[in-house]
Amino acid sequence: MISGVFHFISENFSQALYLSWEHMWIVGVALLISAAAGIPLGLYVAGHEEIASPIINGANIIMTIPSIALFGIMLPLLSPINLGLGKIPAIIALILYSQLPIIRNTFTAIKNLPPDLVDAADGMGMTRWQRLKEVEMPLAAPVIIAGLRTAAVMNIGIAAIAVYIGSGGLGVYIQQGIDRFYPEMILSGALLVSVLALIVDGIMAWLERAATPEGIKIQRKLMQ
Amino acid sequence: MRKPVSTIYRALLMTVLFIAGILAQRVGLITYITDPYEYPVILDLLLRHLYLVAVSMSYATVIGLAAGILFTRKRFRRYAGICMYILGLGQTIPSLAILALSMSFLGIGTKPAIFALTIYSILPIARNTLAGIFAVPASMIDAGRGMGMTSLGILLEIEIPNSMKIILTGFRVALIINIGTAALSYLIGAGGLGDLIFTGISLMQTEKLLAGAIPITLMALLADLLCELLGLILVSKGLRLSRGEKAV
Repeated sequence: MISGVFHFISENFSQALYLSWEHMWIVGVALLISAAAGIPLGLYVAGHEEIASPIINGANIIMTIPSIALFGIMLPLLSPINLGLGKIPAIIALILYSQLPIIRNTFTAIKNLPPDLVDAADGMGMTRWQRLKEVEMPLAAPVIIAGLRTAAVMNIGIAAIAVYIGSGGLGVYIQQGIDRFYPEMILSGALLVSVLALIVDGIMAWLERAATPEGIKIQRKLMQ
Repeated sequence: MRKPVSTIYRALLMTVLFIAGILAQRVGLITYITDPYEYPVILDLLLRHLYLVAVSMSYATVIGLAAGILFTRKRFRRYAGICMYILGLGQTIPSLAILALSMSFLGIGTKPAIFALTIYSILPIARNTLAGIFAVPASMIDAGRGMGMTSLGILLEIEIPNSMKIILTGFRVALIINIGTAALSYLIGAGGLGDLIFTGISLMQTEKLLAGAIPITLMALLADLLCELLGLILVSKGLRLSRGEKAV
């Protein structure tokens, strides 16, 4: 069975590569857009705590909706503008799902900053924008990236289901494998998706470490 | 400060529900659900969905809790790290792939679906049980030992109650993923509400599609609420108080 999988992948190498690329493209575009939407929203919510719980609860409710049901509900809503099937609804669904980890992590990151650092920034006469850029963002970056990491890994799995609304990607192998009862094909799809998720997880973990400011790393080492 | 926001929220919710109701009528969902020939079918699929979820979740809870407790015992503790790693790896496999793989080993039908759902739901439960028990402060366990508790007593009266909140979070995640994945189990011939969704997509029959998608969504939201209520019953009062203080 295992050798069958490697045989299948090597036979269809260029197609597998293309599908992996397609899969990553969907997840990547969705992640970029959701970061562009979620991080500012998280920052805004951190400054206006009275709307924090409705927004985070709203994102939580979206997260609770099962993916295939969300695709199903979006289909009649988007089909009048001819976007019911294909990559666009898949990307919209992934963006909606990513909001919770991104907003929640941005919110907690900003909320959990040491208050003395924020005070120090204010005391140095920084404007709000400077404080955000020079103090808050660098310190919050690792936690925000951790939110992006959760979202990315989750989205790679959901994108595999999106094949049923015609988004393409590695889910194609799983879908066709089920229809043809072709275990090697299913296993190849599953293996490639998992490998993709692990690679992305690894890259994001590295980014998380790289984004941690040097001073914090030294402080952590001293604490141990 | 709080009131206007929640009023706006409520008004928004009402408007959304109203529009949803109009849309439901327009696409023929209401007619479809109340059709005397269709609603027994929908009800049957709903019960089947609930059956899949209930059976696989009860297996998964028992196995997940047992595995979590086992790997936090002294004798197996050194394997806990690798166990966590494997559970983390397992969660990167998409749910669809687990179902498909289970089909290629066990064939089609209810049995492979329940097997796949169980395996997939064990992961968050076991992971959170492990993490929760490890997060119990060592001083509490020491105190218990100092009071002369046996290890079983420590497990039942200190470790599990103190980690209940984290375990419940794992259970909640597992339950919601399970409800969503059970919708996919139609693809390997186990029925459930996914039947309506996938057929609806293939036929472009909106009312059929929504008759599957909306109940699944409501089921997931209801499960989320139920877990919250379960938390009120299972998490001890003292822990909830201290959490409340932190949240403020």
